[in-house]
Amino acid sequence: MNDVLIKFILSAGTLLIVFGIAGLLTWVERKQSALMQDRIGANRATIFGFKAMGLFHIFADVLKMLSKEEFIPEGANKFLFNLAPYLSITFALVGFAAIPIGGELVLNGHAIQLQAANLNIALIYIFAMMSMGIYGVVLAGFSSNNNYAFLGGIRGAAQMISYEITMAAAITGVIMVFNTLDLQMLDRAQGAYMFGGWIPKWGVFVQPLSFLLFLTAAAAETKRIPFDLPEGESEIIGYFVEYSGMKFGMFFMADLVETVLVAALMTTLFLGGWQVPYLHPDGFYFPWGGHMALSNLPVVILGVLSFFIKVSFFIWTLMAVRWTFPRFRYDQLMNLGWKILLPASLVNIAITAVVIIFLR
Amino acid sequence: MGNMTEKRRLELEKYFDPKGSFASLRMAQMKRAWKQSNRRELNWLENTYIPTLMEGLWLTSKHFFYNLTFHVFHLFGLYKEIPAAVTYQYPEKPRPLALRLRTRHRLTKREDGSVRCVACMMCETICPARCIEITAAEHPDPNIEKYPFEFNIDLGKCVYCGFCVEACPEDAIRMDTNKLDIAEYTRQNMIYNKKRLMEG
Repeated sequence: MNDVLIKFILSAGTLLIVFGIAGLLTWVERKQSALMQDRIGANRATIFGFKAMGLFHIFADVLKMLSKEEFIPEGANKFLFNLAPYLSITFALVGFAAIPIGGELVLNGHAIQLQAANLNIALIYIFAMMSMGIYGVVLAGFSSNNNYAFLGGIRGAAQMISYEITMAAAITGVIMVFNTLDLQMLDRAQGAYMFGGWIPKWGVFVQPLSFLLFLTAAAAETKRIPFDLPEGESEIIGYFVEYSGMKFGMFFMADLVETVLVAALMTTLFLGGWQVPYLHPDGFYFPWGGHMALSNLPVVILGVLSFFIKVSFFIWTLMAVRWTFPRFRYDQLMNLGWKILLPASLVNIAITAVVIIFLR
Repeated sequence: MGNMTEKRRLELEKYFDPKGSFASLRMAQMKRAWKQSNRRELNWLENTYIPTLMEGLWLTSKHFFYNLTFHVFHLFGLYKEIPAAVTYQYPEKPRPLALRLRTRHRLTKREDGSVRCVACMMCETICPARCIEITAAEHPDPNIEKYPFEFNIDLGKCVYCGFCVEACPEDAIRMDTNKLDIAEYTRQNMIYNKKRLMEG
């Protein structure tokens, strides 16, 4: 009974945090792009004269989307048309279940892993869910009875399949180094140190090429500029051209949730997840010889904080990429995916294998 | 032609017969074109586009952190004179206008507050858009001949040429109110009468 309750609290907490971050991202995106382009950004929505730096625009957006007409085009497949946005956002959200947001919390003698679902195949599960997310895009394009939406759906399917392969091939190196698919174990393995204890054994230090490839493929996975071919605002409006109201909002949210998911995944795989440099389960051990003892609770809190700081850093990077680079042309996108990223990730696997054999 | 490789020269020669007429002339033309287009082969590092991408990210990040720092300073009331954005928050803070810019008209007043205009009809005569309409009346003061009983400017027609200001012998009409955002719901409301024009 207790275990069920704990799992329930953990999943509800994760879900709320993710929704909170994704909602906040609509504001962050506006403000960050504004700052990058020397503008001020959204600041007009007020509640009782308070502007709160434009934060109320989130509520204004939600109100607008809820009060709009939900239009279903003539000739559309109503069932699939209504299903697509739910698929899109559901599969983006369920991936978070397997992401560890913190280490091991001890409460009244119970050891709780801060992770909604403690799966030993967490990585495969997340990749499966991310691949399922394609169905939302494809079905939206297919069921809208609109040629532009159809084009967007096809592009989305082609793009996401080609980048999914690179993603999986890129993290194979990480899996080989840490020898596990369990993300909690993977995070724990990244708590080791290299070079006399100065540099933590994080994924980004042991697998730099894999990190770069994964970053690129992950940006493509979020379907945002520079990889926004399925959407393509300036040519075809994309797979959600016929959607209005909150259903469009759900596609919009799914993109942002995917951004958070990809950032969290990158944190877990390459920046040690909830690891804090030099923090061990019983306190800090500095490489220059200092020791600071800490009990379990502050260690776990520091870990969760560190996880979210890293996630914010990756979200910032993805946003900066989105507001800096121009889009790819379709053939350039496919060239990059199949001719550069995929061979590079295979080479990375080969090099990793050779190095592992030699270090043994 | 320092960076013209043999490969490129061969490419150029594909387009014309090197032994034909005017061959040297056309070769020189093409060489000039290559030089002006400033193209060169990319090396392998540039071909990955990574240095250029990093340069772009560096530029936007610099802007981001510079503006963020000054926005934070502004929150605490510091360095208000250094702007963190190039935009103007329009209705609250209009952008600075040129001193000689012609904006909405106003009718100047005498020291006792009455209108300075003597209804000489100069402005109405010179107006190329015919938007000024004056009805003159006799002034009670014998030293002043007339005054405008009605003075209407149809701002929907006005072309802001400033001829009325130039023509006025009494300095009675000026275009220095710095009001640009003139909007009304009806055409009738666009006609400004003497009272509205005197309010400035």
